[in-house]
Formats: sequence, structure tokens, C-alpha cells
Amino acid sequence: MTAMLEVKNVSKSFGAVRANESISLEVHEGRIVGLIGPNGSGKTTLFSSIVGAHPVDEGSIRFQGREISRLRVADIARLGLIRTFQQTRIYGGMTCVENMLISASQRGSSLLDLFHIRSAARGRQAEDLLAFVGLHAKRHLRADSLSFGQQKLLEFAMALMNEPKMLMLDEPTAGINPILIDGLIDRLKQANAVFGVTLFVIEHNMRVIMSLAEHIYCLAHGELLAEGPPEEIRNDRRVIDAYLGAH
Amino acid sequence: MDNITILLEAPVITLDLVLNGLLIGALFALAAYGMALVWGVMNIINIAQGEFVMLGGYVAIVMGIAGIHPLFAVPVAAALLYAIGWALFHLVIFRVVDRDIFISILATFGISIVLQQLMNTLFGGNVQAADADLGTALFMGGMVTLAKIKLLAFALAVVLAVALVVFLRRSRLGQAIRATAQNTRAARVLGIDTYRVHAATFGLNAALCGACGALVAMAYTIHPYIGLPYTIRSFMIVVVAGLGNLAGVIAAGLGLGAAENIAGFVLGTQYQLAFVFLLLVVVLVWRNWRLARRRQYLK
Amino acid sequence: MSVAAYRPAGYLAIVAIGIVAPFLFPAYQSQMAELWLFIVFALTWDLVGGQMGYNSFGNVVFLGVGMYACVVAQVGLFYPVSAYNAARGGGATVFTFDMTQYLEGLAIGLPVGALLATLTALALGSIVLGMRGHYFAICTLGLGIAAGEIANGWEWIGAGSGMVPPNAPDAVGDLSRFYYYFALALAVVTFLVLRWLYMTRFGLAINAIRDNEDKAEAMGLKTTQIKVTAWMISAFFLGIAGGLLGNLKRFIDPIDTAFAGPTYGVWMVLMAILGGKGTLWGPVIGAVVFQVLKEASWTYLLGWQRVVLGLVIVVIVVFFPQGIMGFVRERFPDWFGHRVEGGTIAGPARKETLR
Repeated sequence: MTAMLEVKNVSKSFGAVRANESISLEVHEGRIVGLIGPNGSGKTTLFSSIVGAHPVDEGSIRFQGREISRLRVADIARLGLIRTFQQTRIYGGMTCVENMLISASQRGSSLLDLFHIRSAARGRQAEDLLAFVGLHAKRHLRADSLSFGQQKLLEFAMALMNEPKMLMLDEPTAGINPILIDGLIDRLKQANAVFGVTLFVIEHNMRVIMSLAEHIYCLAHGELLAEGPPEEIRNDRRVIDAYLGAH
Repeated sequence: MDNITILLEAPVITLDLVLNGLLIGALFALAAYGMALVWGVMNIINIAQGEFVMLGGYVAIVMGIAGIHPLFAVPVAAALLYAIGWALFHLVIFRVVDRDIFISILATFGISIVLQQLMNTLFGGNVQAADADLGTALFMGGMVTLAKIKLLAFALAVVLAVALVVFLRRSRLGQAIRATAQNTRAARVLGIDTYRVHAATFGLNAALCGACGALVAMAYTIHPYIGLPYTIRSFMIVVVAGLGNLAGVIAAGLGLGAAENIAGFVLGTQYQLAFVFLLLVVVLVWRNWRLARRRQYLK
Repeated sequence: MSVAAYRPAGYLAIVAIGIVAPFLFPAYQSQMAELWLFIVFALTWDLVGGQMGYNSFGNVVFLGVGMYACVVAQVGLFYPVSAYNAARGGGATVFTFDMTQYLEGLAIGLPVGALLATLTALALGSIVLGMRGHYFAICTLGLGIAAGEIANGWEWIGAGSGMVPPNAPDAVGDLSRFYYYFALALAVVTFLVLRWLYMTRFGLAINAIRDNEDKAEAMGLKTTQIKVTAWMISAFFLGIAGGLLGNLKRFIDPIDTAFAGPTYGVWMVLMAILGGKGTLWGPVIGAVVFQVLKEASWTYLLGWQRVVLGLVIVVIVVFFPQGIMGFVRERFPDWFGHRVEGGTIAGPARKETLR
């Protein structure tokens, strides 16, 4: 079986800083895969490279067998590969429902398709997903009036609204009230199981990533340090030294 | 395009244009450095920059009419404009310091309209110049002529720039200004009164413009409504040079002066302003392109 | 939904008032005609500035292009343009237009103006809309003035001495009333088109670009395409407004009428901000208030009107940047549908009731 996302020997530097050095990894369809590593190890850079925010220096990135390392951001998103941001990004001046409606998938749609009055079916889908993340009561509030954690949930719901094939989440639990984290983990698992979305997750919270991911990659200093199932990673000497030992 | 042929066949004319351009370029650089200061320290783009320059020019003209040699207007204009800048800061500018930069652009645009109109009412809508009565200098056997006042203005602009740098490096206020430019919040935490620093910065910028304007009035001409091109030139120079880069500002200013002079000759003077504004567009497009390349955005 | 029920009646009432107004207040006819055009200015500016967040000082480019293109077409259909312009100030030839020629000229001139303005937006937009924030604002400021300077030097269209639109034949009757109804129609159509536009996904897309362009792109929106399209729509209506304004003013000065950055260019921004950026009714209300203020200051403060105007800009921008509609929305958010709701899943989401 070929992987859904296949990153091969990807390198990326910013000036003299080698942010990613010959990184190779695979994410298979339907799985939940984690990406961990100390601060500055190049995780977010790798995400940005994958979604086309900047071109890679070397290497190839394939999504569903198609080379995407030279595509533009919007075109990659239209293939069904969506990422969320570490610093939550939502449309603050619009209501939650509007945030959801404009996040609906753009796959295969042209500029002219934007000139339709919004459909009722989309509206229901938006409301259902807002209910799924627990924001239904606040759906007509401006998004910038939500708390940080709620904005994070909204961004997650927006990503689901896009009906992605693969969702790349950059620290989904950072800044979220610890009490709510378990609920979020549940919803991530549901998104994977019910909606069939493949997940690729950057996470700093060890407890979260260990209970969530089926397979984990660990970066350090821009290089791939280790990979394997959670138990293996948890006990990997190199990972502990590079990452956990750094605390 | 016959004019290009003239330039190619008579390099002396080219030299004359370039030298004259470089001389006025120094004045552009002076105003631009003021803009960079305000932009860098308080994140405000001052559209009324050119009106400050014109105001300084009218100081020279009024003093000339009063029988005082307009050269004395340089310090007087600086002092007067410092006061005006300081007052404007306390009336309006401090309210837009922490706001969206577009708000500051619009607010200073409003100020520039008010100043234009006041100048028009007070001094009349004619093109005016202050006569410093210094004569012209001839070079290369009279092939290249330069008004001595332009040379003097250039020299004074350099002196002012050096004085400003020394002030920013050495004085306590200068150091406070530089600290605020680097990180306003940190400066405040360290006990710097950033409000006063901002007021002083804005006043200092106005003073620079005032001095620059007095020189412009002597070496060239002024008019209530030609402030905006000076603002645009300043903006362009800052965009090319970057904030806090005096050498870059000077180089860009001189380059702009020379380019403008040559373009005015080649295209005809009626298109010289069009050239300045189109050059602005080109510079901004170029900046965008360069930025995209440096960040290496595919987008 | 009570507001929605009265909405058609409200629109009809406004249009009816608009239709009879010239008969009720004939002395203010041309000012009212100008007002309808100002509403178009503010609405089209807000489409890009308020709804999309790209604050432009250069929309006058489209106004001026539309104006010149329309008038040049009106003349050029029947006479050589350069001869027409050269004959200004009492040449040997007299250029007259009969009713058919005049109407034909308008019927072709206005669409040509709209088309050229739209194409200008396409060409400029692809280059300039890549800039963000204040760089875009200042770049468009430069574009507007550069366009004026170019027109100012271009002999064919009259250069600095400007251009006079064709003299209307007597059959047209009261010229400012004639153009009043054109302006009214244009304002109504522009309003309705934008109202529809803001209800489509396109409306949401430009709001998304305003709020977070990188996010919009990451979610698959082709932002460059959308931005240029929005600017083109804005330019289309502004181009027509330009043709009307030129004919209404009966004289086109390249810098003071056509590419009038310091007046029309800034007024557009001011009207939209005064009424409330990013709302449908805000620019309309802002234009009305602004026109009344402007005419009053023209009447009572002769010689100082521009000083007053500058002060008004400063005061509004510094103390009242949210505008009238923005102020109302802050005070009464639930009028705009911003409310917490519990319980059942209601019908499809609706854009705010008042928009």
C-alpha cells in the first residue's frame, strides 16, 4: 500500500539555518500520525513545506501519489490537504456560522461558483459541525469574541467543514484548558473514525500524543531522530535525551 | 526620444543633470530620514511630511521678505517646526500611535489638507522662492553650472544628518528614542517615558523637515500644494533603504534626485511628477517581489 | 424578521423619494445628483476597502478612466477627438450634437467607460493587490496621482486644459435633471448588486480575506483571483459613475475632476468610514451625511471649506473610526444577529437581519 502523504528527503533552510535536513516520512490513509520534537526542531517548517507555504530546497512531497512540492497553497488545499495553525487563525470579524460557510470545500470549484447564494444544506452542515465541537450556542457571535480555546475549536470545525482527506494539526491542544483536552482528543479520534479524516498532528503534550497517535515521528535539530509506535518512542533513549531530557 | 540621443551625445549635459539631481537628492534624503524616524519609532506614516517641508520653506520666504537673509531661516524653521510637530503630536498624533497604521495615514492626510489650505490662505497660491543671492558656480569651463546655494544646501543637509546621528547616538533622549524604536514595551518597562519620546521624535522629524524646507525654498521653489510629492519621495526612499539605515537613505535619496532629473529631461518636465509617482509604484512592486523571493513564498 | 417584512416597502419608498426629489427641491438638483454618485463612490470603495480590507486611495483611477473614456467616445463617434479638443476657446469649427447623436454617444460611451475601467482594474490589480496593508494604500495613492499627471500631459485628451463633454442639444432639456436620473439609477443598481454580492459566498470570501488572508488561502480560496475580481466589480460601477460625473460637471479637469485623489479619492474613504466600513448601509448613510456637511461648509464657510474638510477627516478618523453603523452594531449587537442561542438547530444561517 502506498502512503497517502509521502515526504522524501526534504530539506529546507532559511539563510544559514538548516530547518529541515533530508527528512523522509509517510502517513498512511486513515491513520493518526504524530510529529514531535523539541522547540525549534523544524516541525512547523515541515508542515509549511508540505502545504506549499514555501518551496522546499530539495526532496519530493507526494500526496495521494501526486507530486505537490511545486503547487501553490490554495491548490494543495483544494486537493484535500488542510492544515491548522499554531497561532489560531480564524476570521474574527465574521460570525462562527460565516466562518464555517466560507470554509466549505473549494475542491473543483471555480471563481463563478462563488456567486451563488449560500445553500441551506451547507448551513445545516455548518451547524452540525459547530454542535460537534460544542459551539452551537455561540454560532451567531463574532468569532473574535470567543475565548482562545473556543477559537481553537472553531478552527478545528472549519477544517472539518472543508471535508479534507488529510488534516494537519499544529499543536491542537496548546493553550486549551486541561479539563477540555480529553474532550478534544475524543473529537479528534471521532473525526478520524467517523469522518475518515487522516490526521497528522504536531503536539507537545506527551500524554495527548501518546494516547492519540498510532505512529510517531520525532524531529530534533531539523533531522528525523526516531519513528515508531508510541510505546517504542516513549522508551527510545535518543528521544528521551533530545526531547524529554531537555526539560 | 530625441532627448536620449542628446544625453548620449553630450555627456556634459548628463553630468549637469546628475549633479543637480544629486544636490536636490540630499534634501529628499533629509525629509526621508525624518519619516523613517517616525515610522520606526512610533509606527506612523506621516503623510503631512511634505507640508512640513513647505512650511519650513515659507519661514525662509517670510524672513526673506522681512529683510533677514534666508539662510538664518534654517535654524528658525527647525525650531518653529519642532514646536508645530510637538503641538500636533499632543493634539492628534498620540491618539493614533497604537492604532492601525491606516488610521495614522488618514489622520495625517487630514492634517496635510488643513496645512495646505492654511498655507494657501496665508501665503497665497503662487510658486515662490527665497533668494539667497549667492550666484552660480561654473565647472568644466562653464559647461556645468551649479547654483552655489544648491551646493551650500547639500553641505548643510550633510551637516544636519551627521548632527542627527550624533544626537541619536550620544544624547540621553537619542538613546531613549533608539530604545523605543527597538521595543516600545520593553522601553516602557525600563522606565522610559515613551509618550515623551514619541512627542520628541515627532517634533524632531518636523524640525528636520523644516530645515529641509528652508533649504528647498532657497535652492528651488515651493508652493502650498506640492508637499505630497515630497511625502511620496520620502516614503519611496524609506522603502528602498529600510528603516534605521541612514547610509541607505542617503544613497536612495541621491539616486532618486538624479533619476528624477534625467527622467524630467528625457520625458519632458510635464511628466516629471508622473515619473515620481510611477517610480513609487515600481519600487513597491519590486519590494513585494523581493520579499516574496526572500521568504521564498510560492503562495 | 419584522424588519425583513418591511424591507421591500422601504426600498420602494427610498426610490420613490429619489424620483420625485428633483421636483420638490429643484434648487438642489445637481447636488442631489452628485449625492447619488457619491453613494456609488462610497459603496464601491467599501467593497474593496471595507469588506475586503484593502484600503485604496487610488479608486479615482477608475473614475477618471471611465470619465475620459466615456467623453472621448461620445465625441469620437462623430468628430476627430484631437480637432475637438484643439478647438476649445473658440475655434473656427463648431461641434454640435443632435439628440440621436447625443444619446448614441452616451449609450456607447458609458459602457466603454465601464469596460475600460474594469480592464484597468484587472491590469493594475494583478500587480498591486499582492501588497498588504499600508503599502497597498500608498501605492494606490501614487497610482491615482500618476494617472492624473499623465492625463495632464496628454494632448490628445486636452492635457492640462481639460476636456469639455459634448454640448447637449436643447431636446435634452434640464441637463442636471437628465443626469440626476442616470445617477439615481446607477446608485440603485450598484446597491442592489452589492447587496446580492454580499449574500453570496463571494461576499464571505472577501470578508475572509479581510480577516485573515493567509488562512483563506490555506483553506483553498484563490485569493488573488478573488481580490482582482472584487476590484474589477468596484471599477465597473465607478467607471460608469465617472462618465456621468464628467457630463454632469460639464468640464473635465484631469487633476481636479477626473483623477481627483485629494478630493474624490479621499472623500470615498471618508464617506465609507463615516457611515461604517464593511456594512452595506454604512457607505450610503456616510455619503448622505458627508454631502450635507460638505454643501453646508461650502455655503457657510467659503474659503475655509478645505480646512474644515481636513479637520473633519482628522476628527472622524481619530474619534469615530467605527462609523455610524459600526457604532450602532457595537451598541446593539443583537440587531445584527450577534447573539447567543441555545437549544435546537434552527434553519439555515442567515446573514444579519439589517444588512
